[in-house]
Amino acid sequence: MASLQNQFFKKKIKNPVFLASGVLGMTGGSLEAACDNGCGGVIAKSLTSEPRKGHDGPNIVETECGMLNAMGYPNPGIESGLAEFGGWKREEALIISIVGKDAAEFGQLAEKVESAGKTLGASAVEAAISCPHTPGYGTMAGQGTPESIIAITKAIKDACSLPLIIKLSPSIPGEGKAAKAAEDAGADAINMGNSLGPGMKIDLARRRPVLGFGVGGLTGPAIKPIIVRAVHDIYGSVKIPIIGTGGITSGEDAIEMMMAGATWVSAGSAVYYRGPRAFGEIAKEMKAWMEANGVKSLKDITGVAHEKTRGC
Amino acid sequence: MRKPGVANPVRTAKVRKIIEENYRVRTIEADCDMPQALPGQFLMVWVPGSGEKPMSIGNSNPLTISVANVGKVSSELHKLKSGDLLSFRGPYGKPFSIPEKAKRILVIGGGYGVVPMYFLAKVARENGIEALAVIGARTARDIVWEKQLFTVCREVFVTTDDGTRGMKGNVMIEAARLIEGKKIDAAYACGPERMMEAVAKLCKEHKVPCEVSVERYMKCGVGVCGSCAIDGKLCCVDGPVFSADEALSFPEFGKSHRDASGRKC
Repeated sequence: MASLQNQFFKKKIKNPVFLASGVLGMTGGSLEAACDNGCGGVIAKSLTSEPRKGHDGPNIVETECGMLNAMGYPNPGIESGLAEFGGWKREEALIISIVGKDAAEFGQLAEKVESAGKTLGASAVEAAISCPHTPGYGTMAGQGTPESIIAITKAIKDACSLPLIIKLSPSIPGEGKAAKAAEDAGADAINMGNSLGPGMKIDLARRRPVLGFGVGGLTGPAIKPIIVRAVHDIYGSVKIPIIGTGGITSGEDAIEMMMAGATWVSAGSAVYYRGPRAFGEIAKEMKAWMEANGVKSLKDITGVAHEKTRGC
Repeated sequence: MRKPGVANPVRTAKVRKIIEENYRVRTIEADCDMPQALPGQFLMVWVPGSGEKPMSIGNSNPLTISVANVGKVSSELHKLKSGDLLSFRGPYGKPFSIPEKAKRILVIGGGYGVVPMYFLAKVARENGIEALAVIGARTARDIVWEKQLFTVCREVFVTTDDGTRGMKGNVMIEAARLIEGKKIDAAYACGPERMMEAVAKLCKEHKVPCEVSVERYMKCGVGVCGSCAIDGKLCCVDGPVFSADEALSFPEFGKSHRDASGRKC
């Protein structure tokens, strides 16, 4: 019997399919609903020091084979956010996502997560340094360089005892080197993936960009090949586990990401294409693929594509 | 399953007509139809440079919305003249449903919540179902779409908080009589949440099928961003129309909203 059961740091989880940060997870109730819809873990909306309203709309627009979004990190702020998501008691893993403008702010946010203590119920903390469309954060603040990654990783590790996931952008050069910098500085896992870009959609009738912010990050099936390649590169550069995030809408997509080197995957736009039950459907399809192909454990396929790759 | 490939969901039409309903509500008729739109569904209306907001569909033929001047996007919509452009995507959301054997329905609108109620009564009538309407507002000048309702409803009852039009009090004065007297086969409400909560509770007590239209701060409109969460559900795809039972099961219904940052308020 094939099994999707999986270890996420100290927690045994039912499958390796997570809700990606920024999607649905604005409220505790939404995170629970995602779990009810079949995911093995949830990565909550990214929290900043102060509450943020996010960018003016339109925040999202569909485009060829993907979606562009520029949310601008709307969130209730670290204090309200931890109160909203905390007290987590479910069997699925809760991951708290934090975003700061620099290493010092990341450190302060991590301290707040640490002081929320065990009652928070979180299994890990994720630091997103990869948003392509919010001034002062992510790639717009140059957070993807090895120097910046090292400083941010160390600041969080100094302040917080939870396992740390560094979420990298697929838009930075040298993902493997960036991931290695995070690993050397103490990161416990890499999340390769975020929206790609930024990109732009121009409305012909209005003759101007649709998104309120003008540009936004591309997600959905269009970006999957790039994420698969980036996960593949990182798998060759680090020993810590990888979450693959970007364009996964089916079980086969998830299996492909694992063959590239991901231990876990997370999905976001999949809820647009398949509805809220996407997580459970992806997990079911993964299991069906494993059974049809005689794979008993996901460990047997993690990174298998790597040994056969030429020219990278 | 949605197939990836649609290049741009935004449509743009000319404004055919502007109707000034009162001191703060204007109705905008577009120079197009939206035959697939159903009562209870909404559009995401885009004002370039200002933002995008969800608006109830008041009619599909012609495509009509009614806008209260309450913020940045709506004040820009109030500047539109006939011949100007209106951009939108949709229709989105779960529509109202009418039970199969219903012969007579009650539509209840508070303030400009009356707008989707007109569309529902109109479609009911086209399907041989009679509609009664109760519309309420704070004061006489806040009553909107009364004349439109007269054209599709058998009767229209009006209430105002200060008694300047119709019965003095809230919509329940008129609605309770119709619900308790079992004079209707289903009831629908759109308006202030406390009002909808009262309607939902009374209908539940008297076993009258009931649906309400719930509003929350909305950003993407397509079930992705999570801004319009009410407990574990999303107003944009699970709603905005919820059955009375489901709405009453939400701890947040009638109690709290969330602002643009997701904080409870």
